[in-house]
Amino acid sequence: MGVKLLLEKAHVEGIRTYEVYRREGGYRAVEKALKTMGPDAVVEEVKKSGLRGRGGAGFPAGMKWSFIAKPEGVPRHLVCNADESEPGTFKDRYLMEFLPHLLIEGLIVSSFALGSNATYIYIRGEYAWIPDILEQAIAEAKANGWLGKNILGTGFDLEIYVQRGAGAYICGEETALIESLEGKRGNPRIKPPFPAIKGVWERPTVVNNVETLAAVVPIINMGGDEYAKIGVGKSTGTKLISACGNINKPGVYEIDMTISVEEFIYSDEYCGGIANGKRLKACIPGGSSVPILPANLLLKTAKGETRYMNYESLSDGGFATGSMMGSGGFIVLDEDQSVVRNTYTLARFYRHESCGQCSPCREGTGWMEKLLKRLLEGKGKITDIDLLWDIQRKIEGNTICPLGDAAAWPIAAAIRHFRDEFEWYVTNPEESQRRNYGLAHYADPREVVA
Amino acid sequence: MIRFSDDKMAKVQEIIARYPEGKQKSALLPLLHLAQETFGGWLDVPVMDYVAELLQIDPIEVYEVATFYSMYNLKPVGKYMFEVCHTGPCMISGADNIVAYITEKLGIKPGETTADGLFTLKTAECLGACGYAPMMQLGKHYREHLTKEKVDAIIDECRRNAAANN
Ligand SMILES: Cc1cc2nc3c(=O)[nH]c(=O)nc-3n(C[C@H](O)[C@H](O)[C@H](O)COP(=O)(O)O)c2cc1C
Ligand code: SF4
Ligand code: FES
Repeated sequence: MGVKLLLEKAHVEGIRTYEVYRREGGYRAVEKALKTMGPDAVVEEVKKSGLRGRGGAGFPAGMKWSFIAKPEGVPRHLVCNADESEPGTFKDRYLMEFLPHLLIEGLIVSSFALGSNATYIYIRGEYAWIPDILEQAIAEAKANGWLGKNILGTGFDLEIYVQRGAGAYICGEETALIESLEGKRGNPRIKPPFPAIKGVWERPTVVNNVETLAAVVPIINMGGDEYAKIGVGKSTGTKLISACGNINKPGVYEIDMTISVEEFIYSDEYCGGIANGKRLKACIPGGSSVPILPANLLLKTAKGETRYMNYESLSDGGFATGSMMGSGGFIVLDEDQSVVRNTYTLARFYRHESCGQCSPCREGTGWMEKLLKRLLEGKGKITDIDLLWDIQRKIEGNTICPLGDAAAWPIAAAIRHFRDEFEWYVTNPEESQRRNYGLAHYADPREVVA
Repeated sequence: MIRFSDDKMAKVQEIIARYPEGKQKSALLPLLHLAQETFGGWLDVPVMDYVAELLQIDPIEVYEVATFYSMYNLKPVGKYMFEVCHTGPCMISGADNIVAYITEKLGIKPGETTADGLFTLKTAECLGACGYAPMMQLGKHYREHLTKEKVDAIIDECRRNAAANN
């Protein structure tokens, strides 16, 4: 069993309620931070912990906190990003649904560190039942003196509010989220200014992911140095992985980042192997935006070394032969899955979610979807594959926000690693409508050996 | 007359109070959710105008937001809306079969509503339930691990509820 810092108590009966959460040691981090540490010391501990943002980009949380501007007389805000809309990702939902008080505790400590007296949880609108759970936890915390005015007699005031989005993946991007919180369309802002200088209502703002803010609780309880000892290199602490696709045990797992990808997929403690006795074909290890990898490059790096479930190892080889940790959305495809079809659904997703501000993203995502649909239906030409490659390259790096890149990367990786499958759809238009391409030479290296 | 009840008006005031003075526009998304729930499941122009009036903003500021977000319905929808996710992870797990089955059973394609106004079928993009696929949103909640049998049961449940409420 690996170390569990976030989900350790997830299965304790009644942990959603204040009484049980408190009895199990909850709100100790608030006591410690507010009574014995002070804001700067909390920021310092988070820096020491090496905690990296769990929303996708992996930016060090403590460093981000230290950038927040503190102009005299201007309120600051913490905003919790619970928009969770990256295909393959459903870990924040799990935390909020089953451990709401852990998030609220993390928010209190983090708001104290940043000097936010009004903190907002921006949650995707479709998670329509979760605000009730969070608001219940907030009310309980308030009734017990952890929120409101003069918390624990320290003079620190805090209110936490839950704001529902209304169906827009782009609102997970932090500046689009801020626009949305201001009651506008979710059009990302041009940076700079960064939110740490001018965020919501032009006030200094920190936006962090749900899991990042929950992780602040164990960091304060155990100390940043101890937290940093878990994991490896710059992948400190534990990470929630939401696993889905063709595996025996889809679900949310907390891992310490020293386990191998192979162990994660095949061991009974985690995914429990590929479903229905099938073989592994490919995997998107960090949410739909990160490059897909064929089985051979997933389990081993290009140099033939074991690949591990951490930031460094998953990106080993760059985009040529590696991928990314991303949001921790781990999507597994078995030998019966079509990479062309999967890529098409992702292209459709990004076209649907483009906010439309920049032409490369707005137009490019539409073209890519159309080309992929044509290929998928067996009506494509070989030149369509090159055209797809060309379009994705022209989007990448040429847009206001990273959604453009996020739309380009999965397509680039699919063509890079599975070009033969794309070509097969063109050269075998009829057969491709009746059966799947299969594994080709992307077999699981373990089976090649056998 | 489009008006919130006193109870709902109290909720509106409570929502507006979450934001700094003069930033009441931030309440727009929550108010549109409340309005959609209250006034028949969609946002007709007079409803949007009413929300604009409540927040003291121009109607265009409401329209541009209502048209941006996929959860706001700009046309009437059925009493029960089946929003079946069809993004990659759900597709791998058979979402297309579920959509096809609902189409066969109710005689409506995605985007359509049954003649009796009871059901609307829609496809949705990833709803954050990829590990419990195939799935759909029905009202406030998710229905996960869908099978044909489950879809049958859900449709029966909706019909029973509709009959009970009439
Ligand atoms: C298109 C797009 C969608 C995003 N969606 C989310 C999201 O749903 N949740 C999230 O935490 N971060 C998301 N992000 C990342 C945020 O912009 C931001 O980096 C993050 O919330 C920072 O928190 P962290 O440092 O704790 O990870 C998204 C970014 C982009 C470009
Ligand atoms: S890259 Fe796409 S989503 Fe991002 S701002 Fe430009 S058009 Fe909008
Ligand atoms: S892909 Fe359907 S819920 Fe995520």
